[in-house]
Amino acid sequence: MPTKPAGTLYRGREGMWSWVGHRITGVVIFFFLLVHVLDTSLVRVSPEAYTAVIGAYKNPLMALGETGLVAAIVFHAFNGLRIIAVDFWKKGAKYQRQMLWAVMGLWLVTMVAFSIRHLSLALGGH
Amino acid sequence: MTATIESPRSGRIAPQYRRHGGSRGNFEMIAWLFMRLSGVVLVVLIFGHLFVNLMVGEGIHAIDFGFVAGKWADPFWQVWDLTMLWLAMLHGTNGVRTIINDYAEKDSTRRWLKTVLYSATVVIIVLGTLVIFTFDPCPVVNGVPLPGGFCPA
Repeated sequence: MPTKPAGTLYRGREGMWSWVGHRITGVVIFFFLLVHVLDTSLVRVSPEAYTAVIGAYKNPLMALGETGLVAAIVFHAFNGLRIIAVDFWKKGAKYQRQMLWAVMGLWLVTMVAFSIRHLSLALGGH
Repeated sequence: MTATIESPRSGRIAPQYRRHGGSRGNFEMIAWLFMRLSGVVLVVLIFGHLFVNLMVGEGIHAIDFGFVAGKWADPFWQVWDLTMLWLAMLHGTNGVRTIINDYAEKDSTRRWLKTVLYSATVVIIVLGTLVIFTFDPCPVVNGVPLPGGFCPA
Protein backbone atom coordinates (compact mmCIF):
# COMPACT_ATOMS: atom_id res chain seq x y z
CA MET A 1 0.00 0.00 0.00
CA PRO A 2 1.52 3.34 -0.97
CA THR A 3 1.58 5.70 1.96
CA LYS A 4 3.12 8.63 0.11
CA PRO A 5 2.31 10.37 -3.15
CA ALA A 6 3.55 8.25 -6.02
CA GLY A 7 6.05 10.79 -7.25
CA THR A 8 7.17 14.35 -7.39
CA LEU A 9 8.17 16.54 -10.30
CA TYR A 10 11.87 16.18 -9.60
CA ARG A 11 13.46 12.83 -8.82
CA GLY A 12 17.05 13.68 -8.12
CA ARG A 13 19.71 13.63 -10.80
CA GLU A 14 21.05 16.64 -12.69
CA GLY A 15 17.80 18.58 -13.01
CA MET A 16 16.97 18.63 -9.31
CA TRP A 17 20.48 19.05 -7.96
CA SER A 18 21.27 21.99 -10.26
CA TRP A 19 18.04 23.60 -9.01
CA VAL A 20 19.08 22.99 -5.37
CA GLY A 21 22.55 24.38 -6.08
CA HIS A 22 21.11 27.43 -7.81
CA ARG A 23 18.86 28.23 -4.81
CA ILE A 24 21.57 27.78 -2.18
CA THR A 25 24.21 29.77 -4.08
CA GLY A 26 21.61 32.48 -4.80
CA VAL A 27 20.75 32.95 -1.13
CA VAL A 28 24.45 32.97 -0.12
CA ILE A 29 25.25 35.61 -2.75
CA PHE A 30 22.24 37.74 -1.73
CA PHE A 31 23.27 37.89 1.92
CA PHE A 32 26.86 38.71 0.98
CA LEU A 33 25.53 41.47 -1.28
CA LEU A 34 23.70 43.11 1.64
CA VAL A 35 26.90 43.05 3.73
CA HIS A 36 29.04 44.23 0.80
CA VAL A 37 26.90 47.33 0.16
CA LEU A 38 27.07 48.14 3.88
CA ASP A 39 30.87 47.77 4.07
CA THR A 40 31.34 49.83 0.92
CA SER A 41 29.08 52.52 2.41
CA LEU A 42 31.78 53.17 5.03
CA VAL A 43 33.55 55.32 2.41
CA ARG A 44 30.95 57.95 3.44
CA VAL A 45 31.90 57.62 7.12
CA SER A 46 35.65 58.16 6.80
CA PRO A 47 38.57 56.91 4.70
CA GLU A 48 40.07 55.22 7.77
CA ALA A 49 36.81 53.43 8.70
CA TYR A 50 36.53 52.01 5.19
CA THR A 51 40.16 50.96 4.94
CA ALA A 52 40.04 49.35 8.41
CA VAL A 53 36.92 47.30 7.70
CA ILE A 54 38.01 46.31 4.19
CA GLY A 55 41.27 45.19 5.85
CA ALA A 56 39.19 42.41 7.45
CA TYR A 57 38.82 40.89 3.97
CA LYS A 58 42.58 40.57 3.64
CA ASN A 59 43.41 37.79 6.12
CA PRO A 60 44.04 34.18 5.08
CA LEU A 61 40.76 32.83 6.47
CA MET A 62 38.76 35.44 4.55
CA ALA A 63 40.75 34.59 1.41
CA LEU A 64 39.24 31.11 1.61
CA GLY A 65 35.82 32.63 2.25
CA GLU A 66 36.16 34.87 -0.81
CA THR A 67 37.16 31.86 -2.89
CA GLY A 68 34.02 30.06 -1.68
CA LEU A 69 31.89 33.09 -2.49
CA VAL A 70 33.35 33.34 -6.00
CA ALA A 71 32.75 29.58 -6.43
CA ALA A 72 29.07 30.21 -5.62
CA ILE A 73 28.89 33.21 -7.98
CA VAL A 74 30.56 31.37 -10.88
CA PHE A 75 28.24 28.37 -10.50
CA HIS A 76 25.16 30.61 -10.26
CA ALA A 77 26.31 32.57 -13.33
CA PHE A 78 27.03 29.58 -15.58
CA ASN A 79 24.00 27.60 -14.40
CA GLY A 80 21.87 30.72 -14.90
CA LEU A 81 22.99 30.85 -18.54
CA ARG A 82 22.06 27.15 -18.77
CA ILE A 83 18.57 27.93 -17.43
CA ILE A 84 18.19 30.65 -20.07
CA ALA A 85 19.22 28.12 -22.73
CA VAL A 86 16.70 25.60 -21.39
CA ASP A 87 13.96 28.26 -21.57
CA PHE A 88 14.76 29.93 -24.88
CA TRP A 89 16.71 27.43 -27.00
CA LYS A 90 14.56 24.94 -28.89
CA LYS A 91 16.73 21.99 -27.88
CA GLY A 92 17.53 23.38 -24.42
CA ALA A 93 15.39 20.96 -22.42
CA LYS A 94 16.71 17.99 -24.39
CA TYR A 95 20.34 18.85 -23.67
CA GLN A 96 19.92 20.21 -20.11
CA ARG A 97 22.06 17.38 -18.65
CA GLN A 98 24.90 17.82 -21.07
CA MET A 99 24.74 21.55 -20.44
CA LEU A 100 25.06 20.97 -16.68
CA TRP A 101 28.26 19.01 -17.25
CA ALA A 102 29.50 21.86 -19.44
CA VAL A 103 28.64 24.25 -16.57
CA MET A 104 30.60 22.10 -14.13
CA GLY A 105 33.57 21.89 -16.50
CA LEU A 106 33.66 25.65 -17.07
CA TRP A 107 33.19 26.20 -13.33
CA LEU A 108 36.19 23.98 -12.57
CA VAL A 109 38.45 25.70 -15.10
CA THR A 110 37.38 29.16 -13.90
CA MET A 111 37.83 28.25 -10.24
CA VAL A 112 41.28 26.72 -10.75
CA ALA A 113 42.40 29.91 -12.49
CA PHE A 114 40.74 32.21 -9.93
CA SER A 115 42.01 30.28 -6.91
CA ILE A 116 45.62 30.22 -8.11
CA ARG A 117 45.61 33.95 -8.77
CA HIS A 118 43.57 35.10 -5.75
CA LEU A 119 45.15 32.82 -3.15
CA SER A 120 48.69 33.56 -4.28
CA LEU A 121 47.90 37.30 -4.03
CA ALA A 122 45.98 37.06 -0.75
CA LEU A 123 48.25 34.57 1.04
CA GLY A 124 51.55 35.61 -0.49
CA GLY A 125 54.11 38.11 0.80
CA HIS A 126 52.25 40.91 2.53
CA MET B 1 -29.48 11.83 -36.10
CA THR B 2 -26.62 14.31 -35.80
CA ALA B 3 -25.11 15.61 -32.66
CA THR B 4 -23.12 18.79 -32.44
CA ILE B 5 -20.07 18.39 -30.32
CA GLU B 6 -18.44 21.61 -29.21
CA SER B 7 -14.69 21.99 -29.29
CA PRO B 8 -13.30 21.15 -25.89
CA ARG B 9 -13.27 24.10 -23.50
CA SER B 10 -13.89 26.68 -26.25
CA GLY B 11 -15.30 29.72 -24.56
CA ARG B 12 -16.47 27.70 -21.61
CA ILE B 13 -13.61 28.02 -19.18
CA ALA B 14 -14.90 28.34 -15.65
CA PRO B 15 -13.97 31.74 -14.17
CA GLN B 16 -11.56 30.29 -11.62
CA TYR B 17 -9.46 28.74 -14.37
CA ARG B 18 -9.18 31.81 -16.58
CA ARG B 19 -5.64 33.03 -16.82
CA HIS B 20 -6.45 36.57 -17.94
CA GLY B 21 -7.83 39.43 -15.96
CA GLY B 22 -6.40 38.29 -12.65
CA SER B 23 -5.62 40.96 -10.10
CA ARG B 24 -1.87 40.40 -10.46
CA GLY B 25 -1.86 40.96 -14.21
CA ASN B 26 1.26 39.56 -15.84
CA PHE B 27 3.60 40.50 -12.99
CA GLU B 28 4.96 36.96 -12.64
CA MET B 29 5.79 36.76 -16.36
CA ILE B 30 7.60 40.11 -16.18
CA ALA B 31 9.48 38.89 -13.07
CA TRP B 32 10.47 35.67 -14.90
CA LEU B 33 11.71 37.65 -17.90
CA PHE B 34 13.54 40.14 -15.66
CA MET B 35 15.49 37.29 -14.00
CA ARG B 36 16.78 36.14 -17.37
CA LEU B 37 17.58 39.58 -18.82
CA SER B 38 19.19 40.92 -15.63
CA GLY B 39 21.03 37.60 -15.20
CA VAL B 40 22.86 37.96 -18.51
CA VAL B 41 23.85 41.56 -17.74
CA LEU B 42 24.93 40.64 -14.19
CA VAL B 43 27.27 37.91 -15.47
CA VAL B 44 29.16 40.58 -17.43
CA LEU B 45 29.05 43.23 -14.67
CA ILE B 46 30.04 40.93 -11.79
CA PHE B 47 32.75 39.04 -13.70
CA GLY B 48 34.17 42.42 -14.73
CA HIS B 49 33.96 43.67 -11.12
CA LEU B 50 35.75 40.57 -9.77
CA PHE B 51 38.42 40.67 -12.47
CA VAL B 52 39.29 44.34 -12.05
CA ASN B 53 39.17 44.29 -8.22
CA LEU B 54 40.77 40.91 -7.44
CA MET B 55 42.75 39.62 -10.45
CA VAL B 56 44.62 42.68 -11.72
CA GLY B 57 47.80 44.13 -10.19
CA GLU B 58 48.05 43.52 -6.43
CA GLY B 59 44.52 42.13 -6.29
CA ILE B 60 42.75 42.44 -2.97
CA HIS B 61 45.71 44.20 -1.32
CA ALA B 62 45.16 47.22 -3.53
CA ILE B 63 41.63 47.79 -2.22
CA ASP B 64 41.37 50.74 0.16
CA PHE B 65 39.75 54.19 0.23
CA GLY B 66 42.08 55.43 -2.52
CA PHE B 67 41.12 52.50 -4.76
CA VAL B 68 37.42 53.40 -4.47
CA ALA B 69 38.18 57.09 -4.99
CA GLY B 70 40.15 56.21 -8.13
CA LYS B 71 37.32 54.16 -9.58
CA TRP B 72 34.49 56.58 -8.79
CA ALA B 73 36.43 59.51 -10.21
CA ASP B 74 35.42 57.93 -13.54
CA PRO B 75 31.72 58.09 -14.51
CA PHE B 76 32.20 54.75 -16.31
CA TRP B 77 32.70 52.90 -13.00
CA GLN B 78 29.96 54.93 -11.30
CA VAL B 79 27.47 53.77 -13.93
CA TRP B 80 28.90 50.23 -13.79
CA ASP B 81 28.53 49.99 -10.01
CA LEU B 82 25.12 51.69 -9.97
CA THR B 83 23.75 49.30 -12.60
CA MET B 84 25.26 46.34 -10.77
CA LEU B 85 23.74 47.48 -7.45
CA TRP B 86 20.23 47.90 -8.83
CA LEU B 87 20.15 44.78 -10.99
CA ALA B 88 21.76 42.54 -8.36
CA MET B 89 19.46 43.75 -5.58
CA LEU B 90 16.30 43.38 -7.67
CA HIS B 91 17.44 39.99 -9.04
CA GLY B 92 18.30 38.77 -5.53
CA THR B 93 15.13 40.16 -3.99
CA ASN B 94 12.97 38.44 -6.58
CA GLY B 95 14.87 35.19 -6.02
CA VAL B 96 14.36 35.33 -2.25
CA ARG B 97 10.69 36.31 -2.81
CA THR B 98 10.28 33.10 -4.84
CA ILE B 99 11.90 31.06 -2.06
CA ILE B 100 9.64 32.64 0.59
CA ASN B 101 6.58 31.85 -1.55
CA ASP B 102 7.79 28.25 -1.91
CA TYR B 103 8.56 27.43 1.71
CA ALA B 104 6.48 29.72 3.97
CA GLU B 105 3.09 28.09 4.02
CA LYS B 106 1.17 30.44 6.32
CA ASP B 107 -0.15 33.64 4.74
CA SER B 108 0.93 35.72 7.71
CA THR B 109 4.46 34.23 7.68
CA ARG B 110 4.84 34.96 3.97
CA ARG B 111 3.64 38.53 4.39
CA TRP B 112 5.94 39.14 7.35
CA LEU B 113 9.03 37.68 5.63
CA LYS B 114 8.36 39.64 2.45
CA THR B 115 7.89 42.87 4.41
CA VAL B 116 11.33 42.33 5.98
CA LEU B 117 12.81 41.46 2.56
CA TYR B 118 11.39 44.50 0.76
CA SER B 119 12.42 46.82 3.59
CA ALA B 120 15.99 45.54 3.41
CA THR B 121 15.97 45.92 -0.37
CA VAL B 122 14.80 49.54 -0.27
CA VAL B 123 17.34 50.46 2.43
CA ILE B 124 20.27 48.85 0.59
CA ILE B 125 19.37 50.26 -2.85
CA VAL B 126 18.81 53.80 -1.51
CA LEU B 127 21.95 53.67 0.64
CA GLY B 128 24.13 52.28 -2.16
CA THR B 129 22.81 54.79 -4.69
CA LEU B 130 23.44 57.72 -2.31
CA VAL B 131 26.96 56.46 -1.57
CA ILE B 132 27.86 56.30 -5.26
CA PHE B 133 26.43 59.76 -6.04
CA THR B 134 27.58 61.60 -2.90
CA PHE B 135 31.06 60.05 -2.66
CA ASP B 136 33.64 62.64 -1.64
CA PRO B 137 37.34 61.81 -2.13
CA CYS B 138 38.19 64.62 0.31
CA PRO B 139 35.79 64.40 3.24
CA VAL B 140 36.02 67.38 5.61
CA VAL B 141 34.62 67.50 9.15
CA ASN B 142 34.45 70.90 10.92
CA GLY B 143 36.82 72.40 8.37
CA VAL B 144 39.43 69.68 8.88
CA PRO B 145 40.06 67.12 6.13
CA LEU B 146 39.81 63.57 7.46
CA PRO B 147 43.06 61.56 7.36
CA GLY B 148 43.35 59.23 4.40
CA GLY B 149 41.35 61.44 2.06
CA PHE B 150 42.53 62.76 -1.29
CA CYS B 151 42.36 66.53 -1.20
CA PRO B 152 43.50 69.03 -3.83
CA ALA B 153 46.74 70.63 -2.74
